[in-house]
Amino acid sequence: MVAQTDTYLGPMVQATNVHKSFGRVEVLKGIDLTLRKGEVMCLLGQSGSGKSTFLRCINHLERIDAGRIRVAGELIGYARQRGGLREMHESEVSAQRLDIGMVFQHFNLFPHMTALQNVMEAPVGVRREPKAEVRERAVGLLTKVGLADKQGAYPRQLSGGQQQRVAIARALAMRPRLMLFDEPTSALDPELVSDVLDVMRDLAASGMTMMVVTHEIGFAREVADRVVFMDGGVIIEQGTPAEVLDNPQHKRTQGFLAKVLA
Amino acid sequence: MRSVPVQAPGGLADEDTLDLPVRPARHPGRWLGLAVVAVLAAMLVNTLLTNPRFEWDVVAQYFTSESIILGVRRTIDLTVITMLIAVLLGIVLAVLRLSPNPILSGASWLFIWFFRGTPLLVQLLVWYNLAALYPDLSLGIPFGPEFVQLEVNVLITGYAAAVLGLSLNESAYMAEIVRAGILSVDQGQTEAAQALGMSRLRTMRRVVLPQAMRVIIPPLGNDTINMLKMTSLVSVIAVPELLFASQTIYSRTFQTIPLLLVACIWYLIVVSLLSVGQYYIERRFARGATRNLPLTPFQKVKKFFGWGQRGITTTEVKE
Ligand SMILES: Nc1ncnc2c1ncn2[C@@H]1O[C@H](COP(=O)(O)OP(=O)(O)OP(=O)(O)O)[C@@H](O)[C@H]1O
Ligand SMILES: [Mg+2]
Repeated sequence: MVAQTDTYLGPMVQATNVHKSFGRVEVLKGIDLTLRKGEVMCLLGQSGSGKSTFLRCINHLERIDAGRIRVAGELIGYARQRGGLREMHESEVSAQRLDIGMVFQHFNLFPHMTALQNVMEAPVGVRREPKAEVRERAVGLLTKVGLADKQGAYPRQLSGGQQQRVAIARALAMRPRLMLFDEPTSALDPELVSDVLDVMRDLAASGMTMMVVTHEIGFAREVADRVVFMDGGVIIEQGTPAEVLDNPQHKRTQGFLAKVLA
Repeated sequence: MRSVPVQAPGGLADEDTLDLPVRPARHPGRWLGLAVVAVLAAMLVNTLLTNPRFEWDVVAQYFTSESIILGVRRTIDLTVITMLIAVLLGIVLAVLRLSPNPILSGASWLFIWFFRGTPLLVQLLVWYNLAALYPDLSLGIPFGPEFVQLEVNVLITGYAAAVLGLSLNESAYMAEIVRAGILSVDQGQTEAAQALGMSRLRTMRRVVLPQAMRVIIPPLGNDTINMLKMTSLVSVIAVPELLFASQTIYSRTFQTIPLLLVACIWYLIVVSLLSVGQYYIERRFARGATRNLPLTPFQKVKKFFGWGQRGITTTEVKE
C-alpha cells in the first residue's frame, strides 16, 4: 500500500523516560518504549491511563515535559544547537509531522471538502506535489479502502465507517513512515467496525509501522506483533499478544482483560 | 416503533385514530392581534396621506434627482468598500488575537479596545482633521532619512477620512465576529490539519475559516446593514452621500421634512434589498448543516394562520 523506499532500519519510535503533565496532574510518568520498523503495536489500557496523550506526544500535538522521543532516529520537537537542544519552531515541527500519519477516534475529516479533496489537500498543499499525480494516488487509495464510488461525497453524507476509511486514506496519501491510530473504531456502530479493521489489517500486511490504541482485543491478538498495556501513565506489561492477552502477569492487566472480554 | 397498540386516554386504541382526519390547531388570539395591528396601520396610513406637511409632491420631485441618486451611489459604494476592508482587517485582527504570541494578541487587543471604545463620530472627525496633528506625512526609515513627503491636507480628503474612520471602526467589531466564528470550529479540525503537517496559517485559511463562515455570515449581514446607515455620519465631514445630498438641497429650499423622507425611503429600499440578500445567503449556508431548511417568510405567514395545511399529514409539518 505504501511505497517503501526507506533505507532507515533503526527503531521507528524510540521513547525514553517521557513525562507529561496537564497542570498539576501528571499523565505520563516515564514511558520507555521502542517500536521497530514494520512492527505493529497495540496499546491497551483503562480510560485515562494516558494512551491518547502518549500517541499525541509522538507527533508533538502535545509538548512533553521531560524525556525524549525519536521518530526514525530524529528527535521530535527539539533541534541540536551549540552543544545543546532548542525547542523547534512551529514550521520545523510541521515538517516532522509529514512522515507521521494520524487517525483519530472521531475521524476529523474536513466537512467542507469531498472525500477526494480531503485526501488530496495535504499532498498538494503541504508537500507541493503535482495535482494530477496526487489525484491518481488519492483515487487509488480510496479504491483500496473500498470507497472508489464515494470520491465526490462530503463527510456528512458518509457513514462513520466510511468516514474513518477516508481518514486513513487521507493519512496514507502523505506516504508516512509511521501510522498512529487513536481508537479508530471506538466511535463506530458495531457492524461498521470490521470494514475499518480490514483496511488496517491490509495496511499491517503491507509492512507499515503502526501504533494502535484500541479496545479491539481480537484485532490485537491477530494483527499485533506486540501488545503494550498502560496503566496510570506507565507501561506495566508488554510482550507478544499470546503473552499479554492470554497469560497476563500483572493484576491490572488481568482485571482489564476480564472486563473487556466479558 | 411500537408494535403493540397503546390504549389512548379516550379509550381508543391508536390504531383506531389512524383513520381520523387531522385538523391544524386554531389560534383565536392571533386574529385579535391582527385586528389591533390593522387599526394601527390604518391610522398610520391616514396621517401619512392627510397631513399636507409631508409634502409628498416634493418627495416625488427630488426622489430621483441627480444629486440624490449620486448620494445613493456614494452611500452604497462607501458601504461596500468599508465592509471589504473591515472584513479583511477583521480576519487579520482575529487571527492575531488568537495567536499564541502575546505581543501579537496584545497588539490586536489594543487595536480593538481603542476603536471599539471611542465613538465613531469622534474618530471620523479626528481622521478628517488629521492635518492639524500631522501636517506632513513622509515615507522613510524610522528616525532616519525620508524619501517621500506628502501633505496630509491633500491626502486625507473627506472621502478618505470616511473610508478610514468607518473601516477601522468596523474592523474592530468584525474581529470579534470572526473570532467567534473561529472558536466555533471543532478543535479536532485544527489537530487533524496539524497532524497532516499544515502550518498554522494554512490550517486557518483552508480548514478553519471556511467552516467559520457559517457562524460569521449572519452577524456580517447585520453589520453590513448597520454600516449602510452609519455612512450617514460622514455627512458631518462633507462627503456627499445620501444624507448630505438631501441636506444640501433642503438648506437651499427649506423643505426639510420631505427631503429627509427621501433619504429615509432610499435607506429603507437599500436595506430591504440587503436583507433579502442576507436571508438567501444564510439559507444557502444552512444547507447541509441543518436537516430542514428554515421556512421562507411567505411560508411563515401561511403557517401563522394555518392556511394551506389541510390534508397535510402530521409527518410533513413537523419542525
Ligand atoms: N488537554 C488536557 N488537559 C487536561 N487534562 C488532560 C488533557 N488531555 C488529557 N487529560 C487528562 O489526562 C489523562 C489521560 O488522558 P488520555 O486521553 O491520554 O487517556 P486515554 O488513555 O486515551 O483514555 P481513553 O481510553 O478514555 O481515551 C486523563 O485523566 C485526562 O483527563
Ligand atoms: Mg484516548
